[in-house]
Amino acid sequence: MNVSRRAIVLTPLALLGCAYALNLVHSPTVAGQAGLGFWAFIIVLWLAAAVALSGLSNLRPKNLNMRRLAGLCVPILFGAFLFFLWEVIVVGAGVPSVLMPAPSAIGGRFVASLPVLLADFLQTFVKSVLSGYVIGCLAGFLVAIIADRIPFLRRGLLPLGNFVSALPVIGIAPIMVMWFGFDWPSKAAVVVVMTFFPMLVNTVAGLAAAGRLEHDLMHSYAAGYWTTLVKLRLPVALPFIFNALKINSTLALIGAIVAEFFGTPIVGMGFRISIEVSRMSLDMVWAEIALAAIAGSIFYGLVALVERGATFWHPSYRT
Amino acid sequence: MTTKALSLPVRRASGKTSRLGEGNTGPVLVVVLAILAFWYVAAILMNWQGVADAFIRAGEQRSTSEIVLATMDQERPMLPAPHQVLVELKKTVIDTAVTSRRSLLFHAWVTLSSTLLGFALGALLGSVLAVLIVHVKTLERSLMPWIISSQTIPILAIAPIIIVVLGSIGITGLFPKAIISAYLCFFPITISMVKGLTSPDPMQRDLMRTYSASLAQTFWKLRLPASLPYLFTGLKVAIAISLVGAIVGELPTGAQAGLGARLLAGSYYGQTIQIWAALFGAAILASLLVAIVSIAERIVNRSMGARSA
Repeated sequence: MNVSRRAIVLTPLALLGCAYALNLVHSPTVAGQAGLGFWAFIIVLWLAAAVALSGLSNLRPKNLNMRRLAGLCVPILFGAFLFFLWEVIVVGAGVPSVLMPAPSAIGGRFVASLPVLLADFLQTFVKSVLSGYVIGCLAGFLVAIIADRIPFLRRGLLPLGNFVSALPVIGIAPIMVMWFGFDWPSKAAVVVVMTFFPMLVNTVAGLAAAGRLEHDLMHSYAAGYWTTLVKLRLPVALPFIFNALKINSTLALIGAIVAEFFGTPIVGMGFRISIEVSRMSLDMVWAEIALAAIAGSIFYGLVALVERGATFWHPSYRT
Repeated sequence: MTTKALSLPVRRASGKTSRLGEGNTGPVLVVVLAILAFWYVAAILMNWQGVADAFIRAGEQRSTSEIVLATMDQERPMLPAPHQVLVELKKTVIDTAVTSRRSLLFHAWVTLSSTLLGFALGALLGSVLAVLIVHVKTLERSLMPWIISSQTIPILAIAPIIIVVLGSIGITGLFPKAIISAYLCFFPITISMVKGLTSPDPMQRDLMRTYSASLAQTFWKLRLPASLPYLFTGLKVAIAISLVGAIVGELPTGAQAGLGARLLAGSYYGQTIQIWAALFGAAILASLLVAIVSIAERIVNRSMGARSA
């Protein structure tokens, strides 16, 4: 009880202190020339936040919803505090923005250059990533079905697929740029190759996941190959397939961005990153990275949501 | 009409031919050969136009067979034939002195050194984080969600920033690339290590408590040994992406040295054969690294008395 009371008292206090410090650090007398007293204040805040967080993470509310809320609060507060430290240290110590811009500067730049970011997003994410992702995953899925039908092909392809997944596939980017030109098709091609093998390997593994008893049941229903595939083996394979979709959602974005380092038209997230880095305007680079992070997380989250809906029967979702 | 559930595992005849059909060697060989054949056909088809145009420009009349031969002998083909890549590999690996900048071994060494340094840093960071996460509850609840969600963002996009920022304060060469590798490869190590350190079941932990073992003793005698199989799975993934990180880290500095620089230079000057050779070099390096980790895994497992699976 003692711990939780301490947390409940300390958390608002620490939040207030952080707000005060944020206000203080941006005042012209402190920014860039913060004195010893200010840093001592920050260290005290740090300790208070640590104690408050450890108290919060030890809370065990009886109510299920309250527990879920506490489980959500801890990481969010932790992340917010990291951003707070970043902001305070960068602004307070006057770190030049060519080294490390403050989060507020990045946020300002993000809002100010929304049209540019939107154009980059459309070029990289909507055109390259989405088209490559769909084609690559579909191709991997279809080849996996064929390979599953022909055991010889499966035994030949599976070790190769596992082997390729350890290779730096990203290196094909310059070749694809040479074949498909500077615009988005070359990036989509890189994404296709990168997403193909995880999908192939996972789907083949998933198709082998149905148990013998289930197979016998289908057999006793006189179900043919296709009925067994659609009614038994594909549903059983779904968790594996979604696993591949989730892995690929990150891989696809990485593939498209890195492929743009090898040559692009004058739009795209990877292009913007490499150009703005060489112009030393790091706030724009960070804004672009923030965009990539948001896009990547939402993409991943959407896939995870669909997975929840499609594989609701799976033990990991039943509570 | 056999049913799968009732069928007993039949002992197969262990002749050499049947083993070839049983194992994966035969099918893999066939698929690799098919890929090679497909590659040659594709090389002929993709280079056809360029070769034919070159002959027309030169005003020469050539037969089809001559054009087919010429498609596999271009200096800058759209798609080099496999033997061209092999010749380039032999030229840059065996025939060139290792110290020369034309040697692929020189570039591979540059990439390998930053891969290994990054891997070591990442393994250290990853396992320390895992130990902390397992023992400090606050960290588990506050840090773990961030570590997991950090993987949904394309981390490699940060690579140019790390290179340029560290370069502007005077740190260049090996270290920035190693940081990228370390940043990429700490994640699989942390995740697998956390899984492994928490894998001993309550019975075993209760046993340690009845021995009144201290936290440190439980860690060294129970948790750490239990975590090793998981750790090696993570290490295998980590060393592969550590190499990817090192290669991508070589891109923003503008083609100085390393396999990534080789790729970039090849794409600037249209040297397709050089790109393919660098790609093959990277692939060979990756498989060697993974193989070394697998061998280490087998040695550790054997010394701990585990039966090889």
